[in-house]
Amino acid sequence: MWPDVVGGGLAAIGTALIAVAGLGMLRLPDTYNRINAVTKAATLGVVAVLLGVMIIEPSATAVGLLTPAIILQLLTTPFGSYAVGRAAHRSSSPLAPITHHDELHRPAPAYRAGPRR
Amino acid sequence: MSWVDVPLVALGTVMAVVIWRLVTGPANADRVVALDLGFVVFIAATALLSVRLDVAAVDILVLAATLLGFLTTIAISHLLERRPR
Repeated sequence: MWPDVVGGGLAAIGTALIAVAGLGMLRLPDTYNRINAVTKAATLGVVAVLLGVMIIEPSATAVGLLTPAIILQLLTTPFGSYAVGRAAHRSSSPLAPITHHDELHRPAPAYRAGPRR
Repeated sequence: MSWVDVPLVALGTVMAVVIWRLVTGPANADRVVALDLGFVVFIAATALLSVRLDVAAVDILVLAATLLGFLTTIAISHLLERRPR
């Protein structure tokens, strides 16, 4: 009885977080804001869903397959979103008009002071 | 009709949003972000489908999609980065 309730609650929370990520994908104005929405909400959401499924059906197959999936998801999502953000800035994806300051913006180098080695 | 159908329908709606963003993303980086979320939605939907069908072996797709999603995101962002302006 209680594994269904706890696991179902976790799966519902995870699905709600993924739905929030989808809403951010629909509404946010900028590539970088969308990366923010997808990374945070979708990571926690998918981990909650997988934990809920593991609690509902704790068979050896499910636990043995879902535990590495959870660990890999938690480890790899920051790297993936970092790579996407760097590629977005380097391929000059446009910033939203409400952006105040672009920390990564570099003007073209005019000259190099000092001796070059 | 079981309770698992409700989150599955919600994930289907999110997948529709992802496909819309894949088609009409203003920049190519938006399409990469949409693909990332699409893999996340696929992973969650597959895990819920294993509960719905009561087949635990479907979870191998979850593990495979986790690895494939990470490698796809890294590879496409490298392609995007090396692209000539």
